[in-house]
Amino acid sequence: MKQVSYQNLTRGIISENPALVMLLGMCPTLGVTTTALNGLGMGLATLLVLILSNTAISLVKNFIPSTIRIPCYITIIASFVTVVELLMTAYLPNLHAALGIYIPLIVVNCIILGRAEAFAAHNNVFQSLLDALGMGIGFTLALVALGLIREILGAGSAFGYQFIGEDGYPILMFIMPPGAFLALAGLIVLFNKSRRI
Amino acid sequence: MKPVSLLRLVFVMLIVACGSAAVLGFVYQITTVPIQKANDAKELAAISSVIMEDFDNNPFKERTLIPGKHNQGQLTLYPARKDGKIKAVAIKTFSDKAFGGKIELIVGFFLDGTISGYKVISSKETPGLGAKVSEPKFSEQFIGVKPKKKTFKVKQDGGEIDAVTAATISSRAVVDAIKKAYDAYHKFSTRM
Repeated sequence: MKQVSYQNLTRGIISENPALVMLLGMCPTLGVTTTALNGLGMGLATLLVLILSNTAISLVKNFIPSTIRIPCYITIIASFVTVVELLMTAYLPNLHAALGIYIPLIVVNCIILGRAEAFAAHNNVFQSLLDALGMGIGFTLALVALGLIREILGAGSAFGYQFIGEDGYPILMFIMPPGAFLALAGLIVLFNKSRRI
Repeated sequence: MKPVSLLRLVFVMLIVACGSAAVLGFVYQITTVPIQKANDAKELAAISSVIMEDFDNNPFKERTLIPGKHNQGQLTLYPARKDGKIKAVAIKTFSDKAFGGKIELIVGFFLDGTISGYKVISSKETPGLGAKVSEPKFSEQFIGVKPKKKTFKVKQDGGEIDAVTAATISSRAVVDAIKKAYDAYHKFSTRM
């Protein structure tokens, strides 16, 4: 039992990393990782929603007939996202100013619905919580890594600390959309090669 | 899988929808006042950071609305007074031409119509690119400029404002918003 819990927690970080192995949630992965901090913020916001939605869905899974599970899950997820956004605007306005535009995007992040459907709908609350935690951490790490690569190459800084800066002619393409695809492709190759060793 | 009756499906969906609506309604109610307060505090902080003159009133409380040109929305003007006399103004303005839709700024003006600074209060610009219009490197070039001049455009349009690299559209939107604010200021000062 202990081993199962451990596997459920770590699976999302390496062997089934949502962004780098399962290739889920590509829209936020490509869109928001212009800096490492943005990646971190989006990752943490997703982690929070994932924990809430996985817990809630594993609690109500026995009441929801499978024919209407998708609309029910989406309603629950969208409500959580809105609640998180409202609370953040009210009590953490600075964080909201930095992340505000990404929060509504979490609703359509298929990792959330994917975990609800693939895991939380068949497992108990505790295991679903571990799964959400693992998947959320894996997603956050992937986003931070991608954001860091793009920020270093594209803006000459890391976590906002400038070491070349914009006057050092960084490869600007890397903070624009084409750079996102190139950096993600490189990261996926590296991650999956080293994962199998 | 045994079939589930239609009634049960409708009932479950109804319960889920009602539950969600109740939670949302409750959270909305308890956060309305704090959100309003947080927004007001943000505007007041922006107003005091763009007005360079000393003032002793609360410009936020004395705000007046000024209709924009061609009925394009309303701008809010905040007068800063010292001993009852207007020393400078801040204007909340916007542009719909930004990359992410709408961008809102608070612009400060000296009484002769030159810009004393601006702060972005809400935008949907791309972080790391368009969002750089709120950084001093871009915003400082506006200080002391009179938006009346013909050269008040980004360089790409033949003006003398240095646009943020790879974010010409966002830079243009800031110029557009400041122009609107200037028109409103002009209206206000001729009335004064």
